[in-house]
Amino acid sequence: MTEFGATPSQTVGPFLSIGLVWADGAQVAAADTMGGIEIAGQVFDGAGEVVPDALIEIWQADPDGRFPHPDDPRGAVTYPGFRSFGRCATDATGHFSFHTLKPGRVDDEQAPHVDVTVLARGLLKHLVTRLYFPDETAANVADPVLATLAEDERARLVAVDIDGTLHFDIHLQGERETPFFTV
Amino acid sequence: MPTYRPDRPGTHPDYDSPAYRSTALRHPTKPLHLLPQRLTEVTGPLFGADRVQPGDDDLTHWAGGEAVGQRIIVHGRVMDSGGRPVPDTLLEVWQANAGGRYRHPVDQWAAPLDPHFAGHGRTAADSDGHYRFTTIKPGAYPWKNHANAWRPAHIHFSLFGQAFTQRLVTQMYFPDDPLFFQDPIFNSVPDERGRARMVSAYDHDVTTDHWALGFRFDIVLRGREQTPFESEPDDD
Ligand SMILES: [Fe+2]
Repeated sequence: MTEFGATPSQTVGPFLSIGLVWADGAQVAAADTMGGIEIAGQVFDGAGEVVPDALIEIWQADPDGRFPHPDDPRGAVTYPGFRSFGRCATDATGHFSFHTLKPGRVDDEQAPHVDVTVLARGLLKHLVTRLYFPDETAANVADPVLATLAEDERARLVAVDIDGTLHFDIHLQGERETPFFTV
Repeated sequence: MPTYRPDRPGTHPDYDSPAYRSTALRHPTKPLHLLPQRLTEVTGPLFGADRVQPGDDDLTHWAGGEAVGQRIIVHGRVMDSGGRPVPDTLLEVWQANAGGRYRHPVDQWAAPLDPHFAGHGRTAADSDGHYRFTTIKPGAYPWKNHANAWRPAHIHFSLFGQAFTQRLVTQMYFPDDPLFFQDPIFNSVPDERGRARMVSAYDHDVTTDHWALGFRFDIVLRGREQTPFESEPDDD
């Protein structure tokens, strides 16, 4: 079989907001959809400085654990008022936030999770990490992906509930470096 | 369920690429963990024509007038590394104007803004993966990475493909650019053949008489494993 070499990744650069900001980007769920939650965080570099020019994207199942995609063996489904995808550029203080719905379990093994993509100037290829939920202690303990991480790393992938908002800070580097994945 | 095979070693840049100084405080220092491809990873957003408005594929008109510069037509095919077309997928592009200036508050380069050039566009591939848009050739621009540093002319591209694993953000370059030798972003790609795949080709068949020059830029996303479970995944 002929194999074509893939096109290499390059950084989004400092001007990504020209091309990649969507007015509705952070609305994974429409504002009036029942059961909405907020996910928010801040991106930091290795010196502890905020990263004001990053783009965070998320991809997750709907509350039933399903995807609007034909490769879901249970069939593609559309959950009303819900897109599974969100995109948010960080602001001047490195903050991002999403309005979404809590995903259901996609299979019998994995805890509810959100796949997170980080793009920024200085990142020649996007980074991938995962967000887990603080109210899923038992499921998180049994999750096969979390199981491959050390204790302190696992804790960094679990969002923190502060007054009803799920906080998920991303540290690109340093003592509190976020565990990143190759997929 | 499909799985996606890793790209060949050397295809993508290392996160830690010291010649590109902005990587210094932004690259992860710990080894990446392996995320096995499960349902969340082999699915992904299927954006296409639904995110494209009429006129989004023509960057040469903005705010009631025509942009300055060399009008060009950029076209090509989106496929995966197995040669399968990636149909109906969204392409988002952004770029500097003919003088190398971005319409962005952080860009301090002294070249003038063009009142009729915004610098962003969108198009969707057709059912066979072909795409096309019209723009002006972006200028090179200086930056502060090293002494007398200039970015070769480039257009930024963003694609989702059909799975989370296929996400790609890249830059399209122009043939025979004399600035390649000193550009740490272009040269961050270890494999010379990979670097060559980021360079578009002049395409006289698409060049249109008394109108625009044609350039072809084919884009190859990660391909599916032909026989799942047969080959060993390795780290990229
Ligand atoms: Fe650029």
